[in-house]
Amino acid sequence: MSKRAVNILVPLISIILGLVIGAIVMAVSGFNPIDGYVALWNGIFMDSYTMGETIRQITPYIFSGLAVAFAFRTGLFNIGVEGQLIMGWLAAAWVGQAFELPKIIHLPLALLAAAAAGALWAFIPGFLKAKLQVHEVIVTIMLNYTAIHVANALIGVISGGGERTDKVHESASLRAHYLEAMTDYSRLHWGILVALLAVVFMWFLLERTTLGYELKAVGFNKNASEYAGMNVKKNIILAMVISGAFAGLGGAMEALGTFENISKLHAATGIGFDGIAVALLGANQPFGVLLGAILFGALKNGGLNMPSEAGIPTEIVSIVIALIIFFIASGYIIRVALERFGKKRKEEK
Amino acid sequence: MSFLEVLYFIIPSAIFYAAPLILTAIGGVFTERSGVVNIGLEGIMIVGAASSIIFNLTFADQLGNATPWVGLLVAMIFGILLSLILAVAAVSLRADQTVSGVALNMLGLAAAVFTVKMIYDKGQTDAISERFSRFDIPLLSDIPILGKMFFVDVYATSILAFAVAFIAWYVIYKTPFGLRLRSVGEHPMAADTMGVNVSKMRYVAVMISGALGGIGGAVYAQAIAGNFGAATISGQGFMALAAMIFGKWHPLGAMGAALFFGFAQALSVVGGSIPYVQDVPTIFLLILPYVLTILALAGFIGKANAPKASGVPYIKGKR
Repeated sequence: MSKRAVNILVPLISIILGLVIGAIVMAVSGFNPIDGYVALWNGIFMDSYTMGETIRQITPYIFSGLAVAFAFRTGLFNIGVEGQLIMGWLAAAWVGQAFELPKIIHLPLALLAAAAAGALWAFIPGFLKAKLQVHEVIVTIMLNYTAIHVANALIGVISGGGERTDKVHESASLRAHYLEAMTDYSRLHWGILVALLAVVFMWFLLERTTLGYELKAVGFNKNASEYAGMNVKKNIILAMVISGAFAGLGGAMEALGTFENISKLHAATGIGFDGIAVALLGANQPFGVLLGAILFGALKNGGLNMPSEAGIPTEIVSIVIALIIFFIASGYIIRVALERFGKKRKEEK
Repeated sequence: MSFLEVLYFIIPSAIFYAAPLILTAIGGVFTERSGVVNIGLEGIMIVGAASSIIFNLTFADQLGNATPWVGLLVAMIFGILLSLILAVAAVSLRADQTVSGVALNMLGLAAAVFTVKMIYDKGQTDAISERFSRFDIPLLSDIPILGKMFFVDVYATSILAFAVAFIAWYVIYKTPFGLRLRSVGEHPMAADTMGVNVSKMRYVAVMISGALGGIGGAVYAQAIAGNFGAATISGQGFMALAAMIFGKWHPLGAMGAALFFGFAQALSVVGGSIPYVQDVPTIFLLILPYVLTILALAGFIGKANAPKASGVPYIKGKR
């Protein structure tokens, strides 16, 4: 079997295994797995409204997936996408409601603020990693919790003690009457186009620029890159900052599109963590991330329909996603199985 | 409130909050010493917390006072079961350990909330009736000043945590098992050549961390939280991980670091009733444990001496 075929088959088999074990979990828990997956399917494709909502859910997943994938490509594990996304969400919501500007300035400004806030939040672990060799995994996790508390406190300040900020002005909103009308008044917004642009941007940055080449080189081999004259520390910080900017833009999708404000959070949004799954499924390639985001965004949105239609807690979807990550991470065994299978077929011929 | 009174107040709370961290951090020491990075401690704690609370709610009438203790055992078993998934992925299937640890966290949280919703039809359980109780240690509690700081209103679970730390130190540094454990984490190929079964040692180490992480979660749930919801365990597993690093992969060092993080957590919870501290805006107290963790990692740790083979799957015959 060719290497390319194996590379495509591993994620596919992982998805199937994840769904099969998810079905077993449902059956063992006393639910009917077929009802469960029918409800999931209906939650994704039932009518134009649910399809609009599915695309809306996919949008932030593209960004969180790109953020994780970008860090992975440069040798960093950014578990802090969650926190960076929350800071971006907050920044966009604040800029959107605090100023009154023409749309052509206001919307880009709000997006830029979100990217900057996410980048700033990611600068901390990048800086610590580059200058003090502190491992980024624990720092980014701790910053996730810090982000939730800081955002909640700032929401209180912005809204004068309230639970949520005011709605962003029309001039900063990504909402589109055209898209809403087309999808039976779902919350579908223009953010999906911004997300698609970001996919192309990441591809271009990594594959077609010197900067991208350097970032990847540092990820592959720090010592060799240093020897070749690259500034390793600068590249580590820059990689985290760009990753954080993607995450922050993911927050802007929620702030300017889906909710048009930010409410106090009791727990993590989950978008950042699912970004890890998205990136892994997409093999850290920009277009792979797009496919991963479509799958997991659809699963997540469809899962919301499961409690009402089949009485199954929506967490089953998270279980399936976690299992898929396990199987992709353990791809070695699937590869071995595929190779044996491939050999046997050759011998038979 | 005088300074001494503040100490009487804050030291017992610090130990109270540290106990689950100590237990989980010791579990982390075992896995990392064997060469497996266990980011999944958070998920293991979540499952331990959920299983002990569900057990406690179901059997409190039959078992009475003994319920929380049997709950610890139940949590231990579920912790081991969950950790086995990591062991299979990371040791046998050579998966990326950090990634599978993250997946373990997602799985632990999702499975726990799924089960709670299935049983109780809501995302959060009721409060348990049988909690761990406190007692005064005879004789020691009569020592002036120190007695009131350390030996009054003590939780038996805190004593358990300290005991586990010392036992772990003895096992890791004074027994043949400990020597083998450390050798597979430092140089698995050398250990393999000397006849140590690397995979078996790593399986055992991951299962020990599952047992201790499960117990840690159960202690947190049954002594501190009193119920279970999606946000009951919020970063304690990662804090335990940081305590392990801060303690330089040494059981007693990890215990000391866990006490420090316990203090930070206690301050964020009870700080409102301590003079001077109560004037600080709540937000700073809330983020204190997390920020202190980052500062601890950044500032005081120096050149970290992690076990050499930590995070690297061992493949026989590979140079």
